[in-house]
Amino acid sequence: MSAATPTRAAAPAAPPFLQIQDVVKDFGGGAVAVNHVSIDIAKGEIFALLGSSGCGKTTLLRMLAGFETPTSGRIVLEGRDIAGMAPYDRPFNMMFQSYALFPHLTVFENIAFGLKRDGMPKDQIAARVEAMLKLVQLGKYAQRKPHQLSGGQQQRVALARSLAKSPQMLLLDEPLGALDKKLREETQIELVNIIEGVGVTCVMVTHDQEEAMTMATRIAVMSEGRVLQVGPPSEIYETPATRFVADFIGNVNMMEGTLTKDWPDHVIISCADCTHYVGHGITGTEGMAVGVAVRPEKIELSRTEPAGEHSPHNKVRGTVKDLSYFGSFTVYHLQLASGAVLKVSESNVARHRDEQLTWGDTAWAHWAPTAQVVLTQ
Amino acid sequence: MKSAMKSATKSLRAMFTRGRTVVIGTPYAWLLVFFLLPFLIVLKISVSEMDGVRFKDVLTFADGLMQLTLKFSNYVFITQDDLYFKTYWSSLIYAASTTFFCLLIGYPFAYFMARAKPRLQPALLMLVMLPFWTSFLLRVYAWKGLLSENGWVADVLTFLRIDHLLLAGGLIPALDRYMNSPFSLVLGMTYTYLPFMILPLYGNLAKMDLRLLEAAQDLGATAFTAFWKVTVPLSKAGIIAGSMLVFIPCVGEFVIPELLGGPQTLMIGRVLWDEFFSNNDWPMASTVAVVMIVLILVPLAIFNRYQAQAQELRR
Amino acid sequence: MNAPRTRSRGVLSPAFNQWFARGWLAAGYVFLFLPIVALVIYSFNDSPIPNKWAGFTTRWYTALVKDREMLAGLWLSLRIAFYTACGSVVLGTLAAFALVKYRRFTGRTLFTGMVNAPLVMPEVIIGLSLLLMLVSVQRATGFPERGALTIWMGHLLLGMAYATVVIQARLQDLNPQLEEAAMDLGARPLQVFTLVTLPMIAQSIMSAWLLTFTLSLDDVVLSAFLSGPGSTTMPLVIFSRARLGLNPSVNAVATITVAVVATGIVVASYLIARNERNRTRDMAAASRAGG
Repeated sequence: MSAATPTRAAAPAAPPFLQIQDVVKDFGGGAVAVNHVSIDIAKGEIFALLGSSGCGKTTLLRMLAGFETPTSGRIVLEGRDIAGMAPYDRPFNMMFQSYALFPHLTVFENIAFGLKRDGMPKDQIAARVEAMLKLVQLGKYAQRKPHQLSGGQQQRVALARSLAKSPQMLLLDEPLGALDKKLREETQIELVNIIEGVGVTCVMVTHDQEEAMTMATRIAVMSEGRVLQVGPPSEIYETPATRFVADFIGNVNMMEGTLTKDWPDHVIISCADCTHYVGHGITGTEGMAVGVAVRPEKIELSRTEPAGEHSPHNKVRGTVKDLSYFGSFTVYHLQLASGAVLKVSESNVARHRDEQLTWGDTAWAHWAPTAQVVLTQ
Repeated sequence: MKSAMKSATKSLRAMFTRGRTVVIGTPYAWLLVFFLLPFLIVLKISVSEMDGVRFKDVLTFADGLMQLTLKFSNYVFITQDDLYFKTYWSSLIYAASTTFFCLLIGYPFAYFMARAKPRLQPALLMLVMLPFWTSFLLRVYAWKGLLSENGWVADVLTFLRIDHLLLAGGLIPALDRYMNSPFSLVLGMTYTYLPFMILPLYGNLAKMDLRLLEAAQDLGATAFTAFWKVTVPLSKAGIIAGSMLVFIPCVGEFVIPELLGGPQTLMIGRVLWDEFFSNNDWPMASTVAVVMIVLILVPLAIFNRYQAQAQELRR
Repeated sequence: MNAPRTRSRGVLSPAFNQWFARGWLAAGYVFLFLPIVALVIYSFNDSPIPNKWAGFTTRWYTALVKDREMLAGLWLSLRIAFYTACGSVVLGTLAAFALVKYRRFTGRTLFTGMVNAPLVMPEVIIGLSLLLMLVSVQRATGFPERGALTIWMGHLLLGMAYATVVIQARLQDLNPQLEEAAMDLGARPLQVFTLVTLPMIAQSIMSAWLLTFTLSLDDVVLSAFLSGPGSTTMPLVIFSRARLGLNPSVNAVATITVAVVATGIVVASYLIARNERNRTRDMAAASRAGG
């Protein structure tokens, strides 16, 4: 039985550029960092490995770079298995979390480092380094040493260095981790523009959902060495495949219930505080236990009981137990009859509202029949 | 294509292992030959019979008979002879005293250095390093001058009538006579090994997070309590390192007892030297060495453990 | 709420603490430098009897120039110290690498023990054991003869231990991502070492070199055990003279040594401090400029 539309990758027409086939990394002593992971990566896409620390994403990235060898499985680049290839032989380049700029070399020499190893003639190196510096807008800083640069500038040098050799794939390890919030927002967009401008395939590792969602074309959500879901950001957010994914990305209200009525065009699910009329195509068997996930922003609040077309479904009454004011939006914590708390997020569209809800108020929460995601896993 | 890939991977692994063998193997082999092997030889010679200049073989094979001859008489002699026992004991006492005084003087010294203004600390450190880098032999020799008749320190001590105190404690042979006595020996050793105590302590105390002390005082501790309950326990590693760096070499010290000590100050280092150079009794010297090693095995193990722990912490 | 408590209660007021600290440091430095000062002053004493000032003279220095024994010892010591320093740094770098890069290998505990032990082991034990081994080898193969070579071997053992400590400390602080970045950009392992690792540990290698040089130059016990006829190092010359009594020529040597060492340390400290100041200034300027 499928509780949601089956996850499908953004199916590329051409055969995948890089294939990670059933890769396992076992460090021994019970520490299996990567547990049978298979991912296809298309040429030109920005692919994010998203998960909290310890989920195996960094180990997977290091295996792509060549710093770790898989215990089993293959990493296939355009037909050939590169799993045993040394890092200096691979056509990939990595941008490290700590930037790893060589402190004893100038910016110019840092960027030229990889080109020199290839034996490129001096004038070609100079031209290429100039082009790279122009790309990251650091033309005047060629003769500076890394400690004479700010954090943001160091990051741009690291990017230039990793793109200098026109790698077939760019690997990013928590690219924005070291920057403060303001700088991070600006850099996200800049980074994506440069990468897409150059047209290089990119695999990035991050624990920051916002980073993954804004920058990547496809995301793989990982936990405990396994991939839970792969898809474009909107799919991961709006159509999570498991409770874990639903909870990991953004905020969600998880309600457990039983499927009571199964009609061809809709189902009714009964939960502790309310009943759901789920209008999009789902089939199931009556009596099965399911979870219903509704995002806070999909719920509306009103002081009076709404008369929706699917009443008495898709609505519930509660008391405002808590509220958090974020400036552009407010999150209300609505306490329901069973004691569960429903999180509702409302944009503050008007500057002042006379009937603004506050602590202790009673309110009705209601949502559309397309707002729910039904999960079995 | 596949076979080329396979051989590339193989040669990569081979290069890594070959490099690894050289990097580990070279110092390892050197140490086995020049450090471990000599100890085994010392052990062997300590139980050998010395026949004039040659050693009689420990293991002989003649007429179909393999004979192992171990001469333990040296060991027996050491355990029975009162003088050897006294000397070992006295060496341990002197080493312990030196360690104690180094800690007494050196801990506050390192502490005040670490708490000084950050701007001053490099200069303070440099001033400690300067004597450390100057020849220790020359500085010990200088104390000979300072403590002899009319030496500066001798005059000051006599002026302050400290010699009465020292004489009462049996630390000097007579009034205004400071040289060649237990006093001059401990003074000389403390002086020489003081930087070995200060430097690890300073390293440890300087790295300490001062906010821990602020937290302690915020919770109601006096400065005094904060010192004993926070600073000292945290500097335990430095104390152990410094103490081992002083105690272990002091046990076998030779140069300082020879220049500043006297007939009263029995040190096992001198005994070993005399057995070897004066008596030419190599087996005896070896026996003395083996017993000395046994004596310092425990502190040596402590020092080793500290070093290993310090490495782990840095990682 | 009570009135805020003062930081230090009891007998010790902050002012007393400060003066106590300064006093202790001052006394300590006086203790450390007193012998050195005495040596220098009495090297200009116009009297063979020490501790009795008889006027200013430089005759002990001029006598040094003609002191064959001392000069020969100095020349030998300098040569041995040079080779000791070079060898110690090579072995020390290898050992430091082995300890930092390779977490697990057979016999690692034994290796660590052997590398660290010479730091504390009494020199009489090292000297005796090394000599006995060399004699056994000599009896069997006729090589090596006791002399400069054997002294060098002994000093090398000690030097290696010190060099390893110094270099290992720096190596451990190194960011491993730097070496990974070099490999990622196409550098093979040996290139990684020469182009990235070595420049970064260069300063510690230099310190290790100077440290082991000084150690070798100053060594008495190992040299005594391992020397042969005609290979008397300078410390041995000084030691034999010092044993006999006080000797102003030793003072002259001491003063020269102190002058050289002091200059070296002061210059080095100044250069390092200036380097640090420039670095912090650059980094502050960069972060202010931002972006």
